[in-house]
Amino acid sequence: MKTIEQKGMYQKFPRSGKDTRVTHYCAGCGHGIVNKLIAECCAEMGLQDRTVFVDPVGCGVFTYYYWDAAHISAAHGRASAAATGVCRARPDAVTIAYQGDGDLGAIGFNNAFQAASRGEKFGCIFINNSLYGMTGGQMAPTTLEGEKTTTTPFGRDPALTGHPLHVCEVFSQLQAPVYIARVSVADTKRIMQCKQAIRRMFEIQQAHKGYALLEILAPCPTNFRLDPLKAAEFCKNEMEAEFPLGVFRDVEKGIGHETVDERRGESSRVSSSASVLAVNPVPQVASCAELFAEKEAVPPAENDPSVHERRFKFAGYGGQGILSLGLTVAEAARFERRYTLWFPSYGPEQRGGSASCSVVVSGTPIGSPTVEHPDVLVCMNQPSYERFVDDVKRGGTVIVDATVPITRQPPEGVKLVQWPALKMAEDFGVPKAANTMMLAALKKLGCTGLSGENLEKALVASFAKKPALGVKNLELLHKAEAETCA
Amino acid sequence: MTKFVKSNEAVVIGALYAGCDLYFGYPITPASEIAHGAAKWFPMLGRTFVQAECETASVNMMFGAAGAGKLCMTATSGPGFSLMLEGISYLAGAELPAVIVDVNRAGPGLGNVYPEQSDYTPAVKGGGHGNYQTFTLAPASAQEMCDFTIKAFQMAAKWRTPAIVFADGLQGQMMETVKLPDAELPRPDFSEWAAQGEAKTRQNLVKSIFLDAAAQEVFNDHLQRKYEDMAVDAMADTYLADDADLLIVAFGIASRVARTTVETLRRKGMKAGVFRPITLNPFPRKQLAAAAKGRKIMTIELDAGQFADDVRLNLAKAGLGAESANVMMIHRMGGHVVTVDDAVKAAKMILGK
Repeated sequence: MKTIEQKGMYQKFPRSGKDTRVTHYCAGCGHGIVNKLIAECCAEMGLQDRTVFVDPVGCGVFTYYYWDAAHISAAHGRASAAATGVCRARPDAVTIAYQGDGDLGAIGFNNAFQAASRGEKFGCIFINNSLYGMTGGQMAPTTLEGEKTTTTPFGRDPALTGHPLHVCEVFSQLQAPVYIARVSVADTKRIMQCKQAIRRMFEIQQAHKGYALLEILAPCPTNFRLDPLKAAEFCKNEMEAEFPLGVFRDVEKGIGHETVDERRGESSRVSSSASVLAVNPVPQVASCAELFAEKEAVPPAENDPSVHERRFKFAGYGGQGILSLGLTVAEAARFERRYTLWFPSYGPEQRGGSASCSVVVSGTPIGSPTVEHPDVLVCMNQPSYERFVDDVKRGGTVIVDATVPITRQPPEGVKLVQWPALKMAEDFGVPKAANTMMLAALKKLGCTGLSGENLEKALVASFAKKPALGVKNLELLHKAEAETCA
Repeated sequence: MTKFVKSNEAVVIGALYAGCDLYFGYPITPASEIAHGAAKWFPMLGRTFVQAECETASVNMMFGAAGAGKLCMTATSGPGFSLMLEGISYLAGAELPAVIVDVNRAGPGLGNVYPEQSDYTPAVKGGGHGNYQTFTLAPASAQEMCDFTIKAFQMAAKWRTPAIVFADGLQGQMMETVKLPDAELPRPDFSEWAAQGEAKTRQNLVKSIFLDAAAQEVFNDHLQRKYEDMAVDAMADTYLADDADLLIVAFGIASRVARTTVETLRRKGMKAGVFRPITLNPFPRKQLAAAAKGRKIMTIELDAGQFADDVRLNLAKAGLGAESANVMMIHRMGGHVVTVDDAVKAAKMILGK
């Protein structure tokens, strides 16, 4: 027997487990026609090497038996998400997702919609046969009102199950897609139009113009419970009445793009605050080493068992600069080549309005990161003093802002220092610098175990983005030290 | 070169040095800094960052990108990780390399954003459908968040499997000094099986479907053999374990509590040591058996005992039935970290002191 070569398809389908050219599609099924058209277009345009098909779950699941090109078989509903991954990973490839109306219209609708909204550079072929074929003819979002399916045995009742989902019309609300069309394979004329549309979709993908959606109305004789001819008639008459055919958008050809431009033009937001909303160019670097290079190389920590571990807790109200005070101490420790760990108020210890952070500094690798018993507790407000004061280690120090009333004394053997950080910052005219005032206390009392030089260096470094503020804070630090001497 | 960074950022640094070309993610506390870092740094190196519409999308975008032969990753936390399990099963079923970072938070349900290790079972045993496993690494510091992310990419590529970096909320947030890797790794070549949109990969098919029961079983046998073979890459370390009467077994952040606990006990004259699995799957069974033989054993963990059960199982499978039967556990849940004080008390009780 002579076989006619079918363009774009394998000449036999061994992946199906059979040494034949018989597809798994039922007689009269729209998938079979569409499969042939896609294979022809792909081959005629010479795109088989470049194309990656993303196959669905549903009746289209076995397209990898047939199309002679690379395939990725995605999870149910996720072909558009997987196609996003493919076209981002291989921008030179031609990526085509193939989905049905359960896959795209129901479980994966948002994935398809968001991919369209992002303008992913792939083509999505959406087979609408108004029901779930593979699983046994259940209702799909595209099922017609009154249509009988295995889960709408009395006919789809809009009062209970809503109305048919118009995917092309919904996607047409999006700005990004460059091509949206609905075609049919219900008769010869329509099949020819369908092929033109598929070709157009491939052209757009070949040139990487953007996202394209092609909805194809397809008969499903088996689940319509109709013979192939009557199924095609149903597709032509009933389905087209609900889902009109046409090109909804083809930006290059000037179809449907006016609405997009109009939307742009009418938007006062875009024109009035364009400067605020500008997309900035991404600075490009050549390598990771360049990306992560630091102005000043800080050498790694040095193992020195003679340096005892110190644990710090810094606490106060949010906005008092508590986290950056802790970071400054951590940075100073790093300059001193100590093992250093910082973490922000975290876990159940965080309560509304309060902020705290912990710092561990050690001459040896740090074990437990949590600070249960601080050597040094710095409190900028009353709630944090009352919350943490009892935990301070014997021999440790509590530095508390002088405005905080001492409702109870720290545990025995803990030194209490009341320090006028907030007042000094206020007096110096920089209320925001209260944390720098606290750093002055830490430096002056020598309870960090770190050199004053490194503490100052860390303070300046913490203002790396605003060097003038670094100089100012260093000045304030010295002023606070001098003031408290007197 | 060193950098003082949040552990979450260290993950991104590691990924970039490992040659990861694409990041797909949906924000979730306490993993969001990974997305922030990726959003900034990936494009600066000409690589791709995509904010997905949900975790289901993230993992399936990875399916596509990995299927197209590129190294890719995502990061998430408990609820997002649950959503990804279907996709991770597909990745395993199609034997695709990809890295998922789970910065574990407290659950079940919405839970809270504080640290737990309660995703242990789905992250270690293959939580989705089917007979699959993942390669799972448990870092305990910012340095390891960087280094183990690199290792995860290497193992994912070597074994053609999804790999998981299993961290926790506290670890994600904390800052430490990280020594940056010396060099970027070369990109692996997956053209033998990937769908790359090139002539040489035209006949490649990436799929997890085997309609034929016999073929599906053959594939499952292949997977199981692969998981057995992965044992050569099981990793663990110990601290003062050689002469220990009590072996504290812990991973991740809990292993650091264990370290301080051991130091505290040693100062009081009690011989304790730490055994830390670095890979949770493959579980370092041989190493554990060698360290645990004849010792009292206590786990420290931030879950309900899923890890302790795995320790018992592995000891029993290694033939240490007596040790397995006597594994004790101290744990916290809900976002609390076991304190050194509590761990010391528990250890003393076990040691009868």
